[in-house]
Amino acid sequence: MQPVALAAVDYIILLAYTAFVIGIGFALRRYMKTSEDFFLSGRSIPAWVTGLAFISANLGALELVGMAASGAKYGIATSHFYWVGAIPAMVFLAVFMMPFYYGSKARSVPEYLKLRFDERTRCLNSITFAVMTVFASGISMNALAKLLNQLLGWNYNLSLWICSAVVLLYVFKGGLTSAIYTEVLQFFMIVLGFTPVVYLGLKDVGGWDAMKKTLASVAQDPGTLELSEKTFAPEAWSSAWQPLLGGPSANPMGVDIFAMVFGLGFVLSFGYWCTNFLVVQRAMAARNMSAARRTPLIAAVPKMLFPALVILPGMLAVTLAWTAKDGYRLPPRLIASSAYAPAIEAVTKAAAQAPEAAFEAVGKAVGLKLNKIKVAALVAEHAASPLEDETLRGRLQDAVVENDYDGVILSLVKKYCPPGLLGLALTALLASFMSGMAGNVTAFNTVWTYDIYQAYIARHKSDAHYMWMGRVITVVGVLLSIACAYFASNYNNAMDIVQLVFGFVNAPLFATFLLGMFWARTTAHGAFYGLLGGTLTSALFHALTLAAGNTAGIKGGYAGVVWSFPSEMAQNFWLASFAFTACLLLTLGISLATRRTKSDAELGGLVYSLTPRIRDEEQAWYLRPAVLGAILLAGCVILNYIFW
Amino acid sequence: MGLDIRWPIGIMFALIGALLVVYGIVTNWDAELYARSLGLNINLRWGIVLLGFGAVMLAHAWRAQRTAPPAGGGSQK
Repeated sequence: MQPVALAAVDYIILLAYTAFVIGIGFALRRYMKTSEDFFLSGRSIPAWVTGLAFISANLGALELVGMAASGAKYGIATSHFYWVGAIPAMVFLAVFMMPFYYGSKARSVPEYLKLRFDERTRCLNSITFAVMTVFASGISMNALAKLLNQLLGWNYNLSLWICSAVVLLYVFKGGLTSAIYTEVLQFFMIVLGFTPVVYLGLKDVGGWDAMKKTLASVAQDPGTLELSEKTFAPEAWSSAWQPLLGGPSANPMGVDIFAMVFGLGFVLSFGYWCTNFLVVQRAMAARNMSAARRTPLIAAVPKMLFPALVILPGMLAVTLAWTAKDGYRLPPRLIASSAYAPAIEAVTKAAAQAPEAAFEAVGKAVGLKLNKIKVAALVAEHAASPLEDETLRGRLQDAVVENDYDGVILSLVKKYCPPGLLGLALTALLASFMSGMAGNVTAFNTVWTYDIYQAYIARHKSDAHYMWMGRVITVVGVLLSIACAYFASNYNNAMDIVQLVFGFVNAPLFATFLLGMFWARTTAHGAFYGLLGGTLTSALFHALTLAAGNTAGIKGGYAGVVWSFPSEMAQNFWLASFAFTACLLLTLGISLATRRTKSDAELGGLVYSLTPRIRDEEQAWYLRPAVLGAILLAGCVILNYIFW
Repeated sequence: MGLDIRWPIGIMFALIGALLVVYGIVTNWDAELYARSLGLNINLRWGIVLLGFGAVMLAHAWRAQRTAPPAGGGSQK
């Protein structure tokens, strides 16, 4: 695969964008007077800005790349991550939970836990959250730098350090405000940068209906494109719900409808959107309660429409690959550079072997699934007259049939963008990366400074001291994420374990918040031990279950396989459901058995039944969260109906 | 907080849009260049869209500034 060369015009666009995001940081520097300004934007930002920042912080590079990948692998059912797995939770956050986050004047989500329960729960939550954000940004940095390296030939180290330096510079100067403002700019950049690519792709395949028709053929024979070993009903890629209704074997995700609706739609989605400080922090920076509550609702509008921008490209890629239009194919996995020498040796030896054994030997040396005909042709040609190493490498790579789904989005950018538009689309990709990273960095520096440093290390210091700490930890946070990126590029398996462990902690978390906010009787003991119990349940569940096609080990089942799931996704959704239920029941039980340590007065503003209702009757109807939420949910139902 | 974000967004997209329009006009003769984008001069077309978007942002920012003169640091808190 030839890396694309950028023209001068592309670099100008890239530089213009970089100059503007850094410029915003410098312009905001003079407004950073107190630590509240730095960590919370002085709670002064209008709702449309926090709303777009809310969604932009969530729309990191991994989301963009990963959703296109899922669009190719699973088709339109991927939209459930949006219409089932996001919108309802965002509406719930706005209507029911925001009053407590914003109203309690907590400066972070862990701090809310401290106000509601006690130090232990906060400590557990803040430390896991802080470590998790660093790892999350490291993983996405690694993925991006690798992608840029493979597809554009950019130097891995250089892209890693330059991108991080830009983010560091503007967050260091302008704190959360700067992150939020640039996120709004990045939001528009992402939307305006990818729209023309999707438009061209859709035009190229002949429109929506033509794509649907092709996808029907794909579904009946996905093996041709190495998408799946099974075959499906024609609508498996182009209908959101019908394949799910047929049970886990009827859809490429391998998920049943209960896991989808309860596991993803309730447990995982509410757990992410309603408790993750990364997004909640944006709403906490809003200028007043009403703006804070409108933040997730404003964010929900683009979120609802994003599938067209991020999932559709994956479906388009599959369609193009099926018709092999202009020779397009899904990007293949790259052969590791260390595998070339043994592979070439295997090809050389192959002429003397039986075709079947030769094919197997070459495949083993390469380490990836290969195309039999292409390998046989290569072996024959090489035996007739020895080929150059360079040619051999190219031919071997060409023979790889395993798909690298993460490359799908960039393969479309390469296919459709002439110089000019190419610069814009790449800038959009970098913008998504930076918005995600800045989100992680600002959430990390706040939690570190307020919930770890101020709470346990240096209690009664001046405000200026904490602001200084915030700047220092911003630098440290970025450096730690860079370290994590290198770690991820070298020890992929170790990274999987780390993510797994965080998954265990996050799965039950929403139960703790739900009971804490809506049941005054929940005690500090109940919350802490319930959360611990939920986490242990996830670990245990993981140890005892396995997804089909995986071997016992890091993917689960290392303590014996009690239950096996049709896919990893199903395993994840069910794990979350179990952990949530365990945490809920344990917290309930322990709370009933222990004493409350906080009085009703202390819980005012923190618990639903002890907080005066917010009266929003004076507001115009179109500004009331409940009304807006209902409209959004209705829109969501309509979308599900259209793509049923 | 101090800065109206619509200014930088408006200026940036207007500039990038203008750049694409100019580039699109200059390269309009080059059919080979635009073979990738299905024969459409996508730079020119999308440049106009970006320019328009930037202009709308700037117009909003300008109107907001006129109706509410800068309050300095007084409006905070």
